[in-house]
Amino acid sequence: MGESSAKKIYLDHIATTPCHPKVVDAMQPYFREIFGNPQSDHEFGWQAKMAIEEARAKVAGLIKSLPQEIIFVSSGTEANNFALKGIANAFEKKGKHIITSSIEHRSVLTTLKFLEKSGYKVTYLPVDKYGVVDPDDVRNNITEETILISIMHSNNEIGTIEPVAEIGKIAKERGIIFHTDAAASAGTVLVDVNELNVDLMSVSAHKYYGPKGIGALYVRKGVRITPLIHGGVQEAGRRTGIENVPGIVGFGVASELADKDMEVRRNYLTPLRDKLTKGILERIDHVYYNGHPSERLPNNVNIAIEYVEGESMLLSMMKEGIATASASTCTMMSLETSHVLQGIGVPPHVANSSLVFSIGIDNTEEDIERVINVLPNIVERLRAMSAIYPGRQ
Amino acid sequence: MYSEQVMEHFTNPRNVGEIPDADGVGTEGNPLCGDVMKMSIKVEDNRIKDIKFKTFGCGAAIAVSSIVTEMVKGMTLDNAMDLTKEKVAEALGGLPPNKMHCSNLGADALHKAIEDYRNRQKAKEEKKEFACHCPYCESSCDMPYPFCSHCGAAIKICPECGEALKKETAVCTKCGANVE
Repeated sequence: MGESSAKKIYLDHIATTPCHPKVVDAMQPYFREIFGNPQSDHEFGWQAKMAIEEARAKVAGLIKSLPQEIIFVSSGTEANNFALKGIANAFEKKGKHIITSSIEHRSVLTTLKFLEKSGYKVTYLPVDKYGVVDPDDVRNNITEETILISIMHSNNEIGTIEPVAEIGKIAKERGIIFHTDAAASAGTVLVDVNELNVDLMSVSAHKYYGPKGIGALYVRKGVRITPLIHGGVQEAGRRTGIENVPGIVGFGVASELADKDMEVRRNYLTPLRDKLTKGILERIDHVYYNGHPSERLPNNVNIAIEYVEGESMLLSMMKEGIATASASTCTMMSLETSHVLQGIGVPPHVANSSLVFSIGIDNTEEDIERVINVLPNIVERLRAMSAIYPGRQ
Repeated sequence: MYSEQVMEHFTNPRNVGEIPDADGVGTEGNPLCGDVMKMSIKVEDNRIKDIKFKTFGCGAAIAVSSIVTEMVKGMTLDNAMDLTKEKVAEALGGLPPNKMHCSNLGADALHKAIEDYRNRQKAKEEKKEFACHCPYCESSCDMPYPFCSHCGAAIKICPECGEALKKETAVCTKCGANVE
């Protein structure tokens, strides 16, 4: 699509990441050599089974859980569906009330809307202007009927990290099951299931240099959950269907690398994030900075540039070889205003001017400089033809 | 994914700007996504002599505005009124289905500009019809004064029909009302 001959710059790592070369290498033998069904009683099967268990231990190592608490699933979306529907079903006799936030990922909100149709009551907690859930709000909304609390670890759009440990403590005290969607966090920031007091956690491999099509739901030992998919014996009957062996192997390696390099990666990403933020705020007027200034993912920059529509900025950047994202209504697929930006009180016309940059370990300082140099010209050009720009102030 | 034509018009939009002494201006917006399109036209011999646009919106919205200006320049007003969203989309090599209605406001903004032009013309003609003339010097005056703005003679206005009359008139020469 892009016509620019300049180096392509990918700044949409929250959408997905490229596989780490070591991940690809590790997966390779599991397509042709070790292709057996892990449930088969022969060498082909045993080898595949061993590979799965090895990977399970690595994923557990990343989130500091026991290996048997990891259930492999197909994606973060499936993990969220499984957690919410599985707990709702297993505890329906205890109560039918669920607490969540208004800025969760669509896979959480849509699943909860589905559960509402089957008689569950859901409380959607508001967030403050930074996108933070108030733990006191969680406490005050717990009723006798409450069976589940689900609050994301960090928000995929604005990068804000939620006070999950504190909310988990409240849930624990009240004996309520607590789920966190850590798809945007796991592999990027430390998510320790014990420190965070969580009973369930969703993880997705492709967010941190693992392959697509594989994720995990962490389920604390002793927590009852109804399976989403019924069938055979895989994953102890909790998630059946033949295992995605190459995906699981890749997931394991990506988790191992992320665990080992977490500090190094964070120390690399944070200055790039701050340089990008500073550069944009300095060079462009009428800019909103969205999300929490300190409690945020080390790779996320969310800004809104007033009087320029988000998608037109994306297209203009694409022509410069820069790939990034926007929560604008007009981004080609969704056509609805970002519920996250609405949730933090950003006016709709500004929400449509949003840009979401998510930086990855392959980005360089030059990449960031290029964006800082290119973006002001793009904004100026689009504002010059904007019907609503009042002029420079 | 956009067509090549959309990308080309988005990258090199034609006729961007505003005509300062436009004969007609039309603005159309979409409340859902906040798109705003503004078209200004210059009309000569019932044809669009010049047209410019300003748009806040996505790539499709900008490309639509651009191609509309290109398509209708030189066109008669009646033909321009017949321009449809479908024809605009076709000229752009198609638009993604979800963009057909939200970003395809160019024809609507153009039609509003033409309507604005026609309303202005109508208002001018009405003004001509209803313009009052000084009963002494016969020059036209835009608004009634107690004195003619041209010759300075004292006049009065019929309270029934608004006709300008000589001060001493007792019965309105136009509607016959008693104006003593």
